[in-house]
Amino acid sequence: MSSDTATMPAMAKSERTSLALNRTPMWRQRKKLANYLALLPYIAFALFPFYIMVITSLKSNQEINNLSKSPFWATGITTDHYVYLAQNTGFFDHWLLNTVIVATVSTVISVSVGTLGAYALARLRFRGVEMFGVAVFITYLVPQSLLFIPLINVVNAVDSVVPIRDTYWSLILTYPTFLIPFVMWLLMGYFRTIPVEVEECAYLDGCSRLSALFRVVLPMAMPGIICAVLFSYTLSWNEFLYSLVFIQDQAAKTLSVGVFTELIRGDIYYWGSLMAACFTGAIPIVVLYSFFMDYYVSGLTSGAIK
Amino acid sequence: MVAVTNIGRAEARPPLSVRSRLRRSVGPDIDGYGFILPSAIIMVSLVVYPFGLAVWYSLSDAFIGQPASFIGLDNFIYILTVDDIFPKVLRNTLLFAVISVACKVFFGLICALLLQRITTFKRFFRGAMLIPFVAPTALTTLGWWLILDPTYSHINWILKHVWPFSEMGLGPYQFLADPTLALSSVIFVNFWRGLPFFVITILAGLVSIPDHLYEAAEIDGASTWDKFWKITLPLLRPVLAVVILFSTIFTLADFNIVFVLTRGGPMNETHLFATYSYTYGILNHDIGLGAAVSLFLFPILAFTVIFLLRLIRRDTAYEL
Repeated sequence: MSSDTATMPAMAKSERTSLALNRTPMWRQRKKLANYLALLPYIAFALFPFYIMVITSLKSNQEINNLSKSPFWATGITTDHYVYLAQNTGFFDHWLLNTVIVATVSTVISVSVGTLGAYALARLRFRGVEMFGVAVFITYLVPQSLLFIPLINVVNAVDSVVPIRDTYWSLILTYPTFLIPFVMWLLMGYFRTIPVEVEECAYLDGCSRLSALFRVVLPMAMPGIICAVLFSYTLSWNEFLYSLVFIQDQAAKTLSVGVFTELIRGDIYYWGSLMAACFTGAIPIVVLYSFFMDYYVSGLTSGAIK
Repeated sequence: MVAVTNIGRAEARPPLSVRSRLRRSVGPDIDGYGFILPSAIIMVSLVVYPFGLAVWYSLSDAFIGQPASFIGLDNFIYILTVDDIFPKVLRNTLLFAVISVACKVFFGLICALLLQRITTFKRFFRGAMLIPFVAPTALTTLGWWLILDPTYSHINWILKHVWPFSEMGLGPYQFLADPTLALSSVIFVNFWRGLPFFVITILAGLVSIPDHLYEAAEIDGASTWDKFWKITLPLLRPVLAVVILFSTIFTLADFNIVFVLTRGGPMNETHLFATYSYTYGILNHDIGLGAAVSLFLFPILAFTVIFLLRLIRRDTAYEL
């Protein structure tokens, strides 16, 4: 390395480099340590609320309400709040179950419909294809807060045919509105990375469009599909506004809304059970995320880096 | 030879079938329409139609459970001239978006640069950073609600019990009851939730910058500072623009954090478009005013999108 730099024309500089090389180990190690130390506040900041949730949920009410005791630490551990959640609230029986059902069904619908659409927009040539692409981008950017009022009317209109009002079916109907544009937008990028030649070979072997899609393109786009599934699931799990607006029945609520509307009672807050609920409601998504972290990262960044 | 001359003669060609004429006018892949049909139906009936309905509501005196009639721009005029909370909503939304996005860019860049340099526990650090973004916002915001609660606040506890703060006599602060502090708290929690998106995306952008640019700069004697300003930042600009675009849109339209922490209070000081529209449309049953408030968001969003997309395009052109 140093002999390489020595052969370069700028002799003065090479001298400096070799000097620097001699003292790197110590210097570089310190810099590395400083790097980790500088990162710690960020990590602590990111995880702080989760720590508070866990610690508070494991404390007795008496200890929570003893304001002279440190709120950062628990002296005795109790599982009372979790037992309370299971026995006295609809947390596990209704809200968790509803959330799983809504997230699963709307993910299946959105990913299958979105995959077909994204494939057409990325690959096929027909009049208006660019226009559809732009439309997908625009609908992706239309926020839920702009649509929740008129969607009440749509839900009521559907309700006069099939009873969906105040049930989780109203959410299964409306969640695809923000999931499908996202899925299409994500998958269009993935489909474009698959070489056209692969498909042409499939056609030469006698595949129809659909069988080429299912046998050749989809297996190659699997990382993208997994990514779309994970994101749809997470977005549906975390959705709050539609669920708050469309559902009043306690037994039909999803996690976020159930915890927010049913566990905050009166002026005395039951922090223990509230924090237990917040933590338990976040666990499934965080566990899912920890297993598929790379997919989440690629899904987040695929739009920005291209 | 004979076959070739036959093809060359126009009158010998059979008339075009319906299918191939269709092909000529709409392109070779007619089945493409079939592929996009399901998503088009859902998008038209659940996004385009409701959007049109929102426009109609905003021009009517629609009230829950009553027939609506057309009243022109009265709702918008009422909001702009009579309603004294709306200017606050406008101010809050702009402050909320600008401050929180600016903080996310600044700290996101620093954190991404730090994350890029570490080697051991790389996955742990990156993974932990992203958790606030994937966890359910309403639930994590309830966690912040406890941290900011005037009586139980962890911050007030530190100010009271931990030296040297205990000597200063600061607090207890009413984080969610004092107007300025409430708006700051809401922005802070939004910053907490949105930061990971910036960190992870900027990190991906940093990794995609080719090493040879830095090596070349080093040979030319560039300092770390030079390398950051002359290579890292210019090459990150397209990535930054896209991240800022998405973040600004979702921050402008945010509902969850404000609704869970303050419900727009104290005294309507922290309302954003979404929460204010919810107050009108759902709590006061005045759908017309609710829809009108949420539609004010639309020009602001459109302006942001066009402005930032232009910036992105200019950058791409510059790279080429």
